[in-house]
Amino acid sequence: MTDRLLTDRHYEALEALSFGRRGLLAGLAAVAALGLPGTSRAQGPVIDITRARTDPMPIAIPDFAGAQPHGAQIAQVITANLARSGLFRPIDRRAFLQEAPDATPRFADWRAIGAQALVTGKVDQQGDRLRVEFRLWDVLPGNQLQGTAFTTSVPNWRRIAHICSDAIYERLLGEKGYFDTRIVYVAESGPRDRRVKRLAIMDQDGENHRFLTDGQWLALTPRFHPSVNQVAFMSFFRNEPRVYLLDVDSGRQSLLGNFPGMTLSPRFSPDGNSVLLSAIRGGNANIYLVDLRTRRERQLTSTGALDVSPCFSPDGQQIVFNSDRGGNQQLYVMNADGSNVRRISFGQGRYATPVWSPRGDLIAFTRIAGGTFAIGVMRPDGSGERILSEGFQMEGPTFAPNGRVLAFFRETPARDARGTGYSARLASIDITGFNERALATPTDASDPAWSPLIP
Amino acid sequence: MKLKLLAPVAALAFVVACESTPDQSGAATGAGQATGPRPGSQEDLVANVGDRVFFDFDRYNIRGDQRPTLERQAAWLRQHSAVVVQIAGHADERGTREYNLALGQRRADSARDTLVALGVAPARISTISYGKDRPIALGSNEEAWAQNRVAITSVR
Repeated sequence: MTDRLLTDRHYEALEALSFGRRGLLAGLAAVAALGLPGTSRAQGPVIDITRARTDPMPIAIPDFAGAQPHGAQIAQVITANLARSGLFRPIDRRAFLQEAPDATPRFADWRAIGAQALVTGKVDQQGDRLRVEFRLWDVLPGNQLQGTAFTTSVPNWRRIAHICSDAIYERLLGEKGYFDTRIVYVAESGPRDRRVKRLAIMDQDGENHRFLTDGQWLALTPRFHPSVNQVAFMSFFRNEPRVYLLDVDSGRQSLLGNFPGMTLSPRFSPDGNSVLLSAIRGGNANIYLVDLRTRRERQLTSTGALDVSPCFSPDGQQIVFNSDRGGNQQLYVMNADGSNVRRISFGQGRYATPVWSPRGDLIAFTRIAGGTFAIGVMRPDGSGERILSEGFQMEGPTFAPNGRVLAFFRETPARDARGTGYSARLASIDITGFNERALATPTDASDPAWSPLIP
Repeated sequence: MKLKLLAPVAALAFVVACESTPDQSGAATGAGQATGPRPGSQEDLVANVGDRVFFDFDRYNIRGDQRPTLERQAAWLRQHSAVVVQIAGHADERGTREYNLALGQRRADSARDTLVALGVAPARISTISYGKDRPIALGSNEEAWAQNRVAITSVR
């Protein structure tokens, strides 16, 4: 059966869909779209995820057949991804009646344990290359919903698992996934007054963790370029706090712009050709746009206030930022050229760190009110404000690329004058306010930035 | 409540320090002042002048009770004309990181502008902000926060 399905593939489509240009995914060469009779996007189980809480879909993900340990490892990574989303309930493997099916599954066996969806796969290793076939099945009618084959170098096996996870998420939920992504953040260690803050990067599930800066100088607020291979951040290099660009692969850093004073709060434009930042001159912080090709700066705001944390809308037409121009920190939206500034936050308290959802429909923010910090979302016109999570201190929301999940960081207060007990950790939460989870990091952590899907 | 108490106490400490200043400088110009900080040093600034001014929550204006410290700093800088200083602005942890970096810079700039208005050459004063990222007091309470809303002058 497998043979029949696999000989049915279309090599032309396979070449045209190749993933992984350039360094990030060296060698992930081909994606085969296995066009199969009876496969239709209109069929199959679909989870309604518009409600705040939804029953997670029971899904079975047995070990992929063929080359081990990769077959088992890929199944484990997919299982962990889908479980963390809160929208799937992977069935305990001890309940499985069939192990690592490499032919058409015995659907009765999967129906018997309550699986609605089933993921099967097969791994072939040829030298330093892996070929991974993956299939998603609608268990009740016994239909294949999706079949794809990937070829890649062996060290990339985790990315295959993430790409499969995204395919399952998208096929069953009707919107893009966010598993083939990375998170860059500030890794913190040491006592509070001499804390080492260095940039680190990891896959969204915490794997492939590595440090990007050595910790000699404070490094804060990293943000991804859309290509995911460059990061804009703030460094206290030589005690002159400025915005720098960092090449993720080479580690090379370069100063951005030609400003006499402190620059902070960088954010790339959606097209990746420019960077928004705040520059301090004469006691005021104003927003500038720096063109990365010409290196020319353009001043967008000029008030006697602190305008910081600018962020573009995904279409690049508008910018949201926070300013104390009205007396305390509130959110404002303006056109990309700095015109038509209007305040959008009117709730109780101060509002900060706005970020525009990649879907364009929401702006996430930090709110400080009544001695409590909160992460919330509102529509770009300021309506529909909802608080997702509250605590002693939390800030810095960042959207996963599908706009459904946010990461942020939470701080725990010090218990005494020596700072004992203080900590900062990353968390993620669904935009419905449900499924808050810790994001595991080797040390304390702050300022997460979630990458787009890796190109 | 503690918040309101602390700043006057700190200010009082500086007033006491200030009152001792004439004695010390008198002794230094006399003879035999073998101990005590070297005039014009950081230790001298801390012990005899006061190296920091405090701010109200989310504010950057120089409070009336803090201005005497800057007046003493200006006089001290006029007296030690070769000394170059850096003013570091800080903020308490009850704000977001980016905003607090900007607020700390504004506090440092306020202190510098006051010194310049009091006759200190701008070229002798540099500024930096650490926002909430290099706290002076390590606790998470009003007393610690009051100490962290500060601009600290140090000899370069």
